[in-house]
Amino acid sequence: MQEKEDRVKEATIAEINGPVVKVKQAYRLSMNEMVVIGEAKLLGEVIELYADRATVQVYEDTTGLKPGTLVHGQGLPLFVELGPGIIGHIFDGTQRPLSVMYKDSGPFIRKGQARAALDRDKAWPFKPKRNSGDTVSPGQVIGEVEETDHIVHQIMVPPNLNGRLTEIAAEGLYNVEQRVALLEDKNGESHEIKLYHRWPVRRIRPYQKRIAPSEPLFSGQRVIDFFFSLAKGGTAAIPGGFGTGKTITQHQLSKWADADIVVYIGCGERGNEMAGVLMDFPKLLDPRSGRPLIERTIFIANTSDMPVAAREASIYTGITIAEYYRDMGYDVALMADSTSRWAEALREISGRLEEMPAEEGFPAYLASRLAGFYERAGAVITHSGETGSVSVIGAVSPPGSDFSEPVTQHTKRYVSTFWALDKELASARYFPAINYLNSYSGYVESVAPWWNKKADVDWIALRSQALAILKEDARLMNIVKLIGEDALPDDQKVIYRGARLIKEDFLQQSAFDFIDTYSPPGKQVLMLQIILKFIERMKETVADHRVPVYRIMELPVLEEMERMKYTFKGDDLSPFKEILTRLEKQFDELVKREA
Amino acid sequence: MPAGSGLQYLGLFRVQGPLIFVKGIKNIGFGEMAEVVSSEGEVRLGRVLSVSEDLAIVELFEGTAGLSAADSRVRFLGRPFEYRVSAEEVLGRVFDGLGRPLDEGPPPIGGEVRNINGLPINPVARVYPQDFIQTGISAIDGLNALVRGQKLPIFSGSGLPHAQVAAQIVRQARLLEGKERFAIVFAAMGTKHEEAQFFRKDFEESGSLKNVVMFLNLADDPSIERLITPRVALTVAEHLAFEENMHVLVILTDMTNYCEALREVATSKGEVPSRKGYPGYLYSDLASIYERAGRIATAKGSITQIPILTMPDDDITHPIPDLTGYITEGQIVVDRGLFQKGIYPPINVLPSLSRLMSDGIGSGRTREDHQNLAAQLYALYAQAKRVERLASIIGEEDLTPHDRLILNFSNEFESRFIKQGPYDNRTILETLDLGWEMVMMFPSRDLTRVKPDEIQKYGLRKDASQLPETSDQAS
Ligand SMILES: Nc1ncnc2c1ncn2[C@@H]1O[C@H](COP(=O)(O)OP(=O)(O)O)[C@@H](O)[C@H]1O
Ligand SMILES: [Mg+2]
Repeated sequence: MQEKEDRVKEATIAEINGPVVKVKQAYRLSMNEMVVIGEAKLLGEVIELYADRATVQVYEDTTGLKPGTLVHGQGLPLFVELGPGIIGHIFDGTQRPLSVMYKDSGPFIRKGQARAALDRDKAWPFKPKRNSGDTVSPGQVIGEVEETDHIVHQIMVPPNLNGRLTEIAAEGLYNVEQRVALLEDKNGESHEIKLYHRWPVRRIRPYQKRIAPSEPLFSGQRVIDFFFSLAKGGTAAIPGGFGTGKTITQHQLSKWADADIVVYIGCGERGNEMAGVLMDFPKLLDPRSGRPLIERTIFIANTSDMPVAAREASIYTGITIAEYYRDMGYDVALMADSTSRWAEALREISGRLEEMPAEEGFPAYLASRLAGFYERAGAVITHSGETGSVSVIGAVSPPGSDFSEPVTQHTKRYVSTFWALDKELASARYFPAINYLNSYSGYVESVAPWWNKKADVDWIALRSQALAILKEDARLMNIVKLIGEDALPDDQKVIYRGARLIKEDFLQQSAFDFIDTYSPPGKQVLMLQIILKFIERMKETVADHRVPVYRIMELPVLEEMERMKYTFKGDDLSPFKEILTRLEKQFDELVKREA
Repeated sequence: MPAGSGLQYLGLFRVQGPLIFVKGIKNIGFGEMAEVVSSEGEVRLGRVLSVSEDLAIVELFEGTAGLSAADSRVRFLGRPFEYRVSAEEVLGRVFDGLGRPLDEGPPPIGGEVRNINGLPINPVARVYPQDFIQTGISAIDGLNALVRGQKLPIFSGSGLPHAQVAAQIVRQARLLEGKERFAIVFAAMGTKHEEAQFFRKDFEESGSLKNVVMFLNLADDPSIERLITPRVALTVAEHLAFEENMHVLVILTDMTNYCEALREVATSKGEVPSRKGYPGYLYSDLASIYERAGRIATAKGSITQIPILTMPDDDITHPIPDLTGYITEGQIVVDRGLFQKGIYPPINVLPSLSRLMSDGIGSGRTREDHQNLAAQLYALYAQAKRVERLASIIGEEDLTPHDRLILNFSNEFESRFIKQGPYDNRTILETLDLGWEMVMMFPSRDLTRVKPDEIQKYGLRKDASQLPETSDQAS
């Protein structure tokens, strides 16, 4: 009898509609609280409260779930565990460790498999950095753990704690559940500090202040680095129809970008793509540290066959982890492939809530959610006084490759760099299929000093010169389409041919070519200088010496220019300088011959 | 008493499209199966789409026509849609769209019972597909190579020979090394009798019928049943691949009919549609089918999927091909223009793609020059299409010699490289050599996608000298 009365007061399921469950007697649940449902222990999150009812989105398959099933509030919002043991691992959208699940329960993901994200048994070498008696504030480093061979994991005072250290562990091995420090707050209350703490994924982690991004996130991809740069701490969107290169571009950035840490979120995309990176990354070496890439990478995988609500959460799980490493003073790059699948998850849940849709069925809060996500990027001074950054690169998958759709349009409002992928370029296998006319970067001015110093050039001038030729060419192409190239006057032919050199010999870059997959800064600059020099000489040879363009196009140096990107790696720049010398010589001789 | 099972309710509260609403229910689980018995005693199967404390909405696979609200009885079965998997009992047989025998044989009785929705594959357990499958079709092997465990759909249009192309792939598909146990799982959704018959005959003639399982929901079969057919088929395929270690080729045709059934249910439920009336979860729903392909570390077998879909109005931006293309690992596009030119297989390689090609080809797999040669052919053919457009405006006579050469290439490429007979089975080396013959119509300096030593080794071999002199080479 007593038991029955208790039951009556407890929250139970009233209705099930796919991943959305309505709960009655939900007095004790709070907004965004995590819940565990029934004996199967399905994980969910409260997303709506009204009167005595709550709506819960369930992160697992709800087949077989029945009205009347008990719903237990966990007293905590959806959180992640932050501590050593994240790097090199793969988690699902709610940070369940997928490798552990595979070991424990085989190749398929069954529901109700709650697992701690971090390994509880592994002992980490902890080195204290503070003394007992020190006063510390949130975010300050009290010790460190070597997480991988080149990533030192700072153990920080959790953001919500403040006070005096009354105890700190000696150097030694500790697992994540062991206490490494004791902190007394101003009310005299003691708090344990362990190697990890929990943080709600939907809350931004605090920092001291934002600073303006000033360094490029250098990626070795010429069209990105040279024309549409991304800065460390900046935001970029990469929209494109299927098969235009969103994923490959993000893989390239994950491999070669000069970030300390990479967080790669496979959000509603293919399982095989995750298998691909899991296979490649332990073998590929970071060009800077010489260590396997896996030692700086974190994977979040909520593939398209995994439950849709967890897909919605995966983006937040990823960015919270990124912020956490930023707080240690690292430059973190986060890839989200694809934010459109996240938006669709939002739409699906919203639809089941019977909310009033705005555009194309998306809820009216799509824009503010997107803004909230991209706003978590940034370069900052952390609470421990270091600089760190989170750069966010979001793929967008517009239906029918139509960029006027809501996700692309709203994303555009919140990102500063836009790499527009072009279906036509992709179908001609022109890669990266980044359309150089519709793409843009808001960081060009801020990263220019870096380039000027690196390569001792006026980078902005070089870049503008090349872009001007491409713009002029776009106009000419419209004419050529109608009358053919032959009908162009010679001075325009020069532009048309010159632009082709920029497009084919410089911008086009194969991710699969062993050498061309990564292009160091010096090589990028010299390649473009060679091409621009060629165009300059071509102009003058045509104008001053009346040499027809087709004669110039027979110069043997052209073939060298075409092949230079995949012939020379660029750690030694002399082959490029030699090409430049030969180029001048061949023009000189041509002029002499024709004269 | 097992929860939910055997509970019977008399009378339907509401009937709408393929949905019935049952009131006063108790202890019913989301997604569980139901049987509706009409007043005449006819039994129809259905599935719970949403459930609250006293109301369940059930979709009926065989539709609601003829059901009376007052006299129908609903029995909830307390379990999701399940199917018994047992290789010996299904291979060589024909079933309907819900997995019931259409041949003389009994329903499968041995083997384990599986939920037809399957389970998501842990990405950690996946083995990245890398084994090249030779289909003997140059447009595929040379330029859009298929690998074992890939999901590669055929995008087609009504009246185009997609069935012939799919049948040719099935007939000729072969791994470069060795013979292994294979099976073909064929699922028809709303397919014409003729087409199902065509496939059956083809399997029979090639002697593979004993390795084939067919699930047939034909054009005049109930439309909602189509939501089940691919799932039953894939449940069987998973058993064959991941428990029986067979290499399984799954043909799903026609996914457009499947999507229309999904739309029908969504509309009846009054859901907010996204594009063209299709539900917002079409992507996730399709993914729950297409992602059931691949290889896993615990088994030797594989599932290779070749879904076929007809693009409404030949429109590749229509939500069905569009969302499919976002999920699958590429697409083979069958093109009306080429078909009208009399080219079989009419595969337009420009919008076609195989995302797994780069890892499945090259040295040690096909040949070292494969990747670059393919890139070169693509670059030339894309250029040829631009020249064709120009030629249609200014006329061929006013083209430069180089452009005329390109046009010439385009013709050769379509009529010799792409075009081949339905029984013409080319080896990958034949395909690559043919590709070299095409690109060697140009002087080497125009061939910037291939490396000079590749030109030496593969391009300038004996047969290259038999080609006509190119007009462009001045020096
Ligand atoms: N930078 C690149 N270099 C070479 N090939 C590329 C490049 N980018 C894309 N591709 C080709 O395009 C295909 C599709 O790219 P992908 O990134 O998977 O597209 P999306 O994610 O936009 O659907 C790849 O399989 C590859 O063949
Ligand atoms: Mg992709």
